[in-house]
Amino acid sequence: MAIEIEMPKLTDTMEDGVLSAWLVDEGDEVSAGDVIAQVETDKATMDVEAFDDGVLLKKMIDEGDSVPIGQLIAVLGEEGEDISDLVAGGDGAAEAEASATAEDDTSTTASDATETSDASESAAPAGDGQVRDREPEPVPAGTDEEGRRIKASPLARRLAKEHSIDLATMDGSGPEGRIVRRDVEARIEEGEAAPAEPETAPAPQPSTEPAFEMPTSVVDEAGELYESENISQMRKTISRRLAQSKYTAPHFYLTVDVDMANAVEARKKLNALTEKQDGPKISFNDFITKSCALALRQHPYVNASYLAKDGEIRKYNQVHVGVAVAIDEGLITPVIRNADRKGLAQISKETRELAGRARNRELQPEEFEGSTFTTSNLGMFGIEEFTAIINPPNAAILAIGEIRDEPVVEDGEVVPGKRMKITLSCDHRVVDGAVGAQFLQDVKRYLEDPMNMLL
Amino acid sequence: MATLQLREAIRAAMTEEMERDENVFLMGEEVAEYNGAYKVSQGMLDQFGPDRVIDTPIAELGFAGLGIGAAMSGLRPIIEFMTFNFSYVAFDQVVNNAPNMRYMSGGQFGCPIVFRGPNGAAGQLGATHSNSTEALYSNFPGLKVIAPSNPDDAKGLLKSAIRDDDPVVFLESEQMYGLKGEVSDESDYLLPIGKARIAREGDDVTIVAHSKSYHVTMKAAEELEKEGFSAEIIDPRTIKPLDIETIIRSVMKTNRLVVVDESSPFSSVASEVTHQVQERAFDHLDAPVLRVTPPDTPAPYAPNLMDRYMPSVEEIVRASKRVMYAAA
Repeated sequence: MAIEIEMPKLTDTMEDGVLSAWLVDEGDEVSAGDVIAQVETDKATMDVEAFDDGVLLKKMIDEGDSVPIGQLIAVLGEEGEDISDLVAGGDGAAEAEASATAEDDTSTTASDATETSDASESAAPAGDGQVRDREPEPVPAGTDEEGRRIKASPLARRLAKEHSIDLATMDGSGPEGRIVRRDVEARIEEGEAAPAEPETAPAPQPSTEPAFEMPTSVVDEAGELYESENISQMRKTISRRLAQSKYTAPHFYLTVDVDMANAVEARKKLNALTEKQDGPKISFNDFITKSCALALRQHPYVNASYLAKDGEIRKYNQVHVGVAVAIDEGLITPVIRNADRKGLAQISKETRELAGRARNRELQPEEFEGSTFTTSNLGMFGIEEFTAIINPPNAAILAIGEIRDEPVVEDGEVVPGKRMKITLSCDHRVVDGAVGAQFLQDVKRYLEDPMNMLL
Repeated sequence: MATLQLREAIRAAMTEEMERDENVFLMGEEVAEYNGAYKVSQGMLDQFGPDRVIDTPIAELGFAGLGIGAAMSGLRPIIEFMTFNFSYVAFDQVVNNAPNMRYMSGGQFGCPIVFRGPNGAAGQLGATHSNSTEALYSNFPGLKVIAPSNPDDAKGLLKSAIRDDDPVVFLESEQMYGLKGEVSDESDYLLPIGKARIAREGDDVTIVAHSKSYHVTMKAAEELEKEGFSAEIIDPRTIKPLDIETIIRSVMKTNRLVVVDESSPFSSVASEVTHQVQERAFDHLDAPVLRVTPPDTPAPYAPNLMDRYMPSVEEIVRASKRVMYAAA
């Protein structure tokens, strides 16, 4: 009975193995425990042992071949056993064909492999050289003009740097001329004792750090030139996510001017009702959340994610609207879940509650994660219109401006009007211009005639 | 405040905890009938009886393991090693079973046990009876290691150790058992594990020293004072978890550090302190950190060699002057 030997999983993370050497030949007898081959994994070169006694009837792959875990690499059995089934089947016709012409293949593959490795070997130094040519010679810190390392304690180096003292101009009093604290302090005192030195207007030094020139001031000599603060976790998250969004999602922007006259009226009436019922006041933002949620239902590609890693566009069956809330440390977007199925009063209540808790940093992850769309409103700051960065993995974000009193032309007459500009930022990988525009049309329709929301 | 010897402070801690919690018991060689090899447990058999003050055979591996089993079953044993040299016989129990039990059982079994006894060289006892074990035991995740330098710290920390839900190695000193000191009278006097004590304030050099070395270092500080140098002395009290923050703060002030440690130098407590300081306060150091430890040899027997072997006042003064770049 022939025994199949497969590429073993030799490390936890291994996916393929390169058969680096066969240690037995076809026709050789092997015993269980014999090392029959060596395999190069992602981590190391490891031995492949036979688990059974027998004769190595057939090598299925050649030295240098890379095959996935589980692929047949050899067949073990009794001398003269018929293994044509195994050799032909299992891994497909191509495999069979390959083994049929194994003799020829061996030589070509082997020489191919040699060529490849030769090529890469000779290419390596050349490529390396190019890179090095392009790189400027590093200028090691703390050396004198001749490039010799100046011996100084870490503290002395720090003090010298803080007081712009060049260590190369100093003698050290420590062992082997090490510059130590007292040497730098003595120099600082000397400097302070010598008023001739125009400390207030330092000559522009030949900068060793060409990248940035830090702002300096000759006016305010006493005060600090800047204040440092650590980058908070939230700022890091904002930085990472928004940079990722702008780098990977090609943004385009659509702006529409919405007539808010009816919405203003409707809100007045609704708030008169809620006041009687002791309910929460409805804000324009709640109107927008609701309008977007209803429009998202009709435009599945706006309520979607482009997931490059998973190789799919995911259209969500639920509508969860994130509402950007500014807090002291940055911003956060609590999520109104299933906003399309909630009434304005419910949306208002949830938004207020979540925003309040967001400001107190009390939100739980499930309360700010999982949005399928986001809105950001800067109208309260008098911003007429702006463009927002998409909150990944959303496909779009709506930026809301202020409601403006504006003269508008109605039936040929100029009358007072209420207008609001909203701008949709779209991820072009999933939302095309027309799709985004149609979505905006629907949002506009809901806002211009809020009765539509009831239908 | 009462003035107690170190042995009395340790006894007071054990007695109070045994009165407070019937699950606490003491077990070890000669702890009961003989009143303790160093009279630490004097009178405890009379007070608590043979069920709670238990003499064992000379079988450290066995009674350490018995203690761990008891701890896993809900008791709070205090295991006395006559000296920590003999804890090596129980090594597997102390370093492998006790600290790993909570982790290996997924939190099903804790191991609230205290291994205590005298540690370190105590004169002419020869190489096999002069081991300092603090660095060794600090190398095992899951073990806490305490090495107090005075009766007050010993009492407060031992009571905390007994109440700790995880294994603690509590290191005393034969040569310090008679050391007298003021001890708090508070009935529930607990000192937090993992907090260092700034024993002496100074500006020119920080010296870290624990247990017996602390006393040698205090004398060195007096010598340095005579020459106009002010040393800040920090007694970590707990070796692990180490209160590195207190040490770092001090080094940021003095810019120089000497660590005194009776462990043999390779992978010693001093090595660890030095590593953490250079990592976290590199730019505050004005000199390499120096250690004062025994040489990397077995402890000698001859008294003149033993004097050279142990960290001395002279060595500490010399090292301190070197980091201050002061003429020796």
